[in-house]
Amino acid sequence: MRTLTYAEAIREAFAQMLATNPRLLVIGQGVTNPWYVGDSMRDLDKQFGTRRIIDPPVSEQGTNGIAIGAALAGMPTILIHPRMDFLLKGVEQIINQAANWCYVFGGQAGVPLVIRAIINRGGEQGAQHSQALQALFAHIPGLKVLMPATPYDAKGLLMASVQDGNPIVYIDDRWLYKERGPVPEEPYTVPIGKGIIRHEGQDVTLVALSYMVVEAQKALPLLEQQGISVELIDLRSVKPWDKELVLASVRKTGRLVVADSGWRTGGVSAEIVATVAEEAWAVLKAPPLRLALPDLPAPTSRTLEEAYYPRAAHIVDTVTRACGNAHR
Amino acid sequence: MGTTFPPFLLVHLLRTMVRIRIFEERTADLLLRGEIRCPTHLYIGQEAIATGVCAALDRSDYILGTHRSHGHFLAKGGSMRALMAEMFGKKTGCAYGRGGSMHLIAREVGFLGSVPMVAATIPIAVGSALASTLLEQGRVAVSFFGDGATEEGEFHESLNFAALWKLPVLFVCENNFYSTHMPLHARQPTQDLTRHALAHAIPGVAVDGNDVVAVYTAAHEAVQRARAGLGPTLLVCNTYRWRGHVGPHWDLDKNIRPQKEVEAWMARCPIHRLETALLQQGLLTPQERDTIYAQAVHEVEDAVAFARHSPFPDPVELPAHLFTDRKTP
Ligand SMILES: Cc1ncc(C[n+]2csc(CCOP(=O)(O)OP(=O)(O)O)c2C)c(N)n1
Repeated sequence: MRTLTYAEAIREAFAQMLATNPRLLVIGQGVTNPWYVGDSMRDLDKQFGTRRIIDPPVSEQGTNGIAIGAALAGMPTILIHPRMDFLLKGVEQIINQAANWCYVFGGQAGVPLVIRAIINRGGEQGAQHSQALQALFAHIPGLKVLMPATPYDAKGLLMASVQDGNPIVYIDDRWLYKERGPVPEEPYTVPIGKGIIRHEGQDVTLVALSYMVVEAQKALPLLEQQGISVELIDLRSVKPWDKELVLASVRKTGRLVVADSGWRTGGVSAEIVATVAEEAWAVLKAPPLRLALPDLPAPTSRTLEEAYYPRAAHIVDTVTRACGNAHR
Repeated sequence: MGTTFPPFLLVHLLRTMVRIRIFEERTADLLLRGEIRCPTHLYIGQEAIATGVCAALDRSDYILGTHRSHGHFLAKGGSMRALMAEMFGKKTGCAYGRGGSMHLIAREVGFLGSVPMVAATIPIAVGSALASTLLEQGRVAVSFFGDGATEEGEFHESLNFAALWKLPVLFVCENNFYSTHMPLHARQPTQDLTRHALAHAIPGVAVDGNDVVAVYTAAHEAVQRARAGLGPTLLVCNTYRWRGHVGPHWDLDKNIRPQKEVEAWMARCPIHRLETALLQQGLLTPQERDTIYAQAVHEVEDAVAFARHSPFPDPVELPAHLFTDRKTP
């Protein structure tokens, strides 16, 4: 199969969906801007016109509401925030309106809205251009939250999101944009709510999400050298998340490490650990461990960034700790 | 009142206002009796606005409302039974008992929804107009909101976008001069709300919101503009709510507003005004007038009986409808 970058895979999903669904609308600040969303949207406005690829004024709350209105009035819509941080200005529309609409009106009106929120970490961009807010949205009933880690999933989950007919927060991380991987040419979907085992192992279950999957894959050979056999799960969907897959794996390995790209307190990792503690307490051979961002805003200076973002080495440390001396 | 108006339209306007008024008075009564318990914002005094605007619309046109939307719902043609049942929290309500007075929907007549967050539905109305334009459906969208909503950022963001795209939107500001307890003069530097239109280069039209014919005329013109592709209009309808902000009471004991102010506005009752004019001009006989009232009372009592006799939602339905299973086509 041919390979594409993550960004190219996203672009291909957009292009194919826009070509086949004349009702699909795309709206987001910077969608016609060469640096905001980079390769992931390149020239879509030229191909499909600025009536379907709308680059709105700087008005996040208004734009979010407009996207909801268009979706309610018959146009499935992909709303894009080139930095997830900007989405916060319009969060009222997402949390109060989009997430509640179907439920409060008894299912008479779904909101077919995909909110593509891009995380832009590092590069000395600092606290307000880097936040990974999956936990915030995962907390909200009525939203589904996805974090594809591979080009294949980036395309397949985006296509699944648009088909789903509900408000979905699709979070892509700029650090993934240059990752390459096999991507089928034809349209396809990846099921929402399903994780995937990226590597089978016996000693410890390592659940990673988004960019942490990349770092986890770098950590695998290092751990293998130490004789630790890791079962790596790429969560893909943060909400709903694949509890069965994780529980089955923990029942096999007896150990759990969760590597999240967001913060620690109240984070996705806390949810997974808590669920495993509730439902598989008896099989745990060691306390589950979490690896996440420290509870701090992102600093800008590169030396501080270096200290801030966990990498493969931290995963190695954490997994080793979870295994103690008992793994052999 | 212009003589150019066909009498059937004028009688329709009167009938709609009377239906809303009697529905609202009965609602106040049911609130006092504790039969309705959800937070309820009455529309009494403002009937001419929903009535005049909706009369200028087609059934397929969209409207979006606020926390104070019973009038919009009824004027657009929503089922009175479903509205009353919703306030009773019954399964037969327009939102199946999920919404109460502040979450109304009647998609079959283009009422896309109302929610209590001030200004939240303004951009949603703009989005529905955007979809109508892109899909070439010719539908106009109306956003109803109060004067308080013009203080929110979404209002300004929405006017800007709608103006830029020349969208078929009618922004209807129902200026009743209060945002809960706060009078307009304590909230904005001038009382002329049409000035907000200036900033976005769209027409800003002020009308007497207690004159249903004036409202209809202005709305009709704005709707024609919108349909012709000339873009949005801000229609500021100056009016007054008779009762307190929320609930059945008058709020006169709380020193929020003077009794004289309330009385002055009650003397300008939009219903009385049209009714008197119609009787004087011989377009309505006293007998026909009485029939309109009797029919409205009958319709409201039927809705109350329907609501009373309807079942409550079954708790097993609690988790239902968080998501739709209708896939995007
Ligand atoms: C975003 C938001 N802030 C505050 C409130 C509380 N609130 C409910 S109604 C209201 C007043 C709104 O006044 P206006 O828009 O003039 O409408 P009216 O009640 O006069 O019809 C306020 C402040 C709210 N519902 N939403």
